[in-house]
Amino acid sequence: MLTFSYYAPTSLNQACRLLSEAQGQARLLAGGTDLLIQMKRNLVKPQFLIDLKKIKRLKGIEYDPEKGLRIRALVTHSELLHNPWILGYYPILAQAAQTIGSVQIRNKGTVGGNLCHAVPSADLAPPLLVLNARAVVRGLKGKKFIPLEEFFCAPNQTILKDGEILQEIEVPRMPERSKAIYLKHGIRRAMEIAIVGVAVLMALKPDRRTCAEVRIALGAVAPTPIRVVEAENSLQGKIIAPEEIEKAASIAAAHAQPITDLRGSAEYRQEIVRVLTARAITHAARII
Amino acid sequence: MKEKEGNKKGKQLSSVSRREFIKGLGAGALGTAALSGGIIALKEAEAHPAEESLEEGIKIPLRLKINGIRYKVEVEPRYTLVDVIRDQLQLTGTKKACDRGECGACTVLLDGKPVYSCMTLAITAAGRDIMTIEGLASGEELHPIQQAFLENDAFQCGFCTSGQIMAVNGLLKQNLNPSREEARNALAGNICRCGTYTRILEATLDASQRLRKGGGNRG
Repeated sequence: MLTFSYYAPTSLNQACRLLSEAQGQARLLAGGTDLLIQMKRNLVKPQFLIDLKKIKRLKGIEYDPEKGLRIRALVTHSELLHNPWILGYYPILAQAAQTIGSVQIRNKGTVGGNLCHAVPSADLAPPLLVLNARAVVRGLKGKKFIPLEEFFCAPNQTILKDGEILQEIEVPRMPERSKAIYLKHGIRRAMEIAIVGVAVLMALKPDRRTCAEVRIALGAVAPTPIRVVEAENSLQGKIIAPEEIEKAASIAAAHAQPITDLRGSAEYRQEIVRVLTARAITHAARII
Repeated sequence: MKEKEGNKKGKQLSSVSRREFIKGLGAGALGTAALSGGIIALKEAEAHPAEESLEEGIKIPLRLKINGIRYKVEVEPRYTLVDVIRDQLQLTGTKKACDRGECGACTVLLDGKPVYSCMTLAITAAGRDIMTIEGLASGEELHPIQQAFLENDAFQCGFCTSGQIMAVNGLLKQNLNPSREEARNALAGNICRCGTYTRILEATLDASQRLRKGGGNRG
């Protein structure tokens, strides 16, 4: 690893100042599970490393029955797995966190890192997209609220500008009579990057057969994690039936723009999107 | 070779010299310098013109607590925990294999939780409880997890074993009665090239039984 200067600010404000003064030469260190690998390979060569772990405001999970969930950026995947509010009200997040890396990685890797690293396959992104989460971003000029859909711009690129830091993720309450599920396709069950990730949130009408609202998000099949509104619209208001599910799944597959890489071909990924979307809708509708 | 190029490039690129950058920090940030070992970097960096330090790097005094013993070391911020543990403190039970967070040989416990020490900067481990394989046995008496690995023939070449045992230790600190599935899950971040996975799993369940009988995992 190349040399760098190390800073460990204790306040978010200090961190923002450092980051903006570094004029693009600094990187933020959270869990380090992605960044340190890149630094060891000299793919990333920051002159300044700003360690966020001494900033208390970036830690912890809060829940308010009215406002919903607040996940601070430094919350680790392991914390998601064991948090009673998450297990009780947003189990999809624990389910997705469980698919990340290994216990050693989950003990260090953070929610903020997973999102800010902005890889298309980030496992927490599709679940948070279907939960209508929004990012709270802190900069020198104050706070900004950004819907998660607008947060990702390109592979490894978020909407964050120099001097801006992701502070927390706000997750509203889930709709009534709703269930959310994340399905990840990989060759192994651990230490795996998603070939395809699909998250579905399904809310049913009081008759428990009609779709009141459905949200579908895909990972690893486009330059960023995406919502597929066209597939959602095709199912909205319909009675959940196999034909309707298949139709929505096909639309989702058609809207995926996967690439071919060593983990799978574009055609394969597209087919997996169709299969997993149908499976996820079926599960989400059945278990309510 | 590559490394040198990188450094030179870094030097030329720096529109903000490190010195200016550090000055820019102001009193607020420097005021925190005394609070923790890690932030001593600020003071040190200011004392030495940073440009000079690009090649050798600046060494920072650091206190590490490993297996209950306090060690004083001098590290550059870029040193990983596994290198400091092995090369400076000669605690060579922790193994370094892939050096990129994939194999698990370097697993240690940080505040009781398994992490890859090759993916942990030593500077970020200051003031935290580090446990390595050396902290398990008391004298000649093996820890029940070690005993279980021995009696279940849970290794061949043994290179991954200390990492495996620390992963098991982390699991059994949280959950003294893991299911087979939970044990598999906890071991998923440790690779064994000899393929002794089945025996490692048996040893894990055996160890959990031994510890339950013995009244808990004090490891």
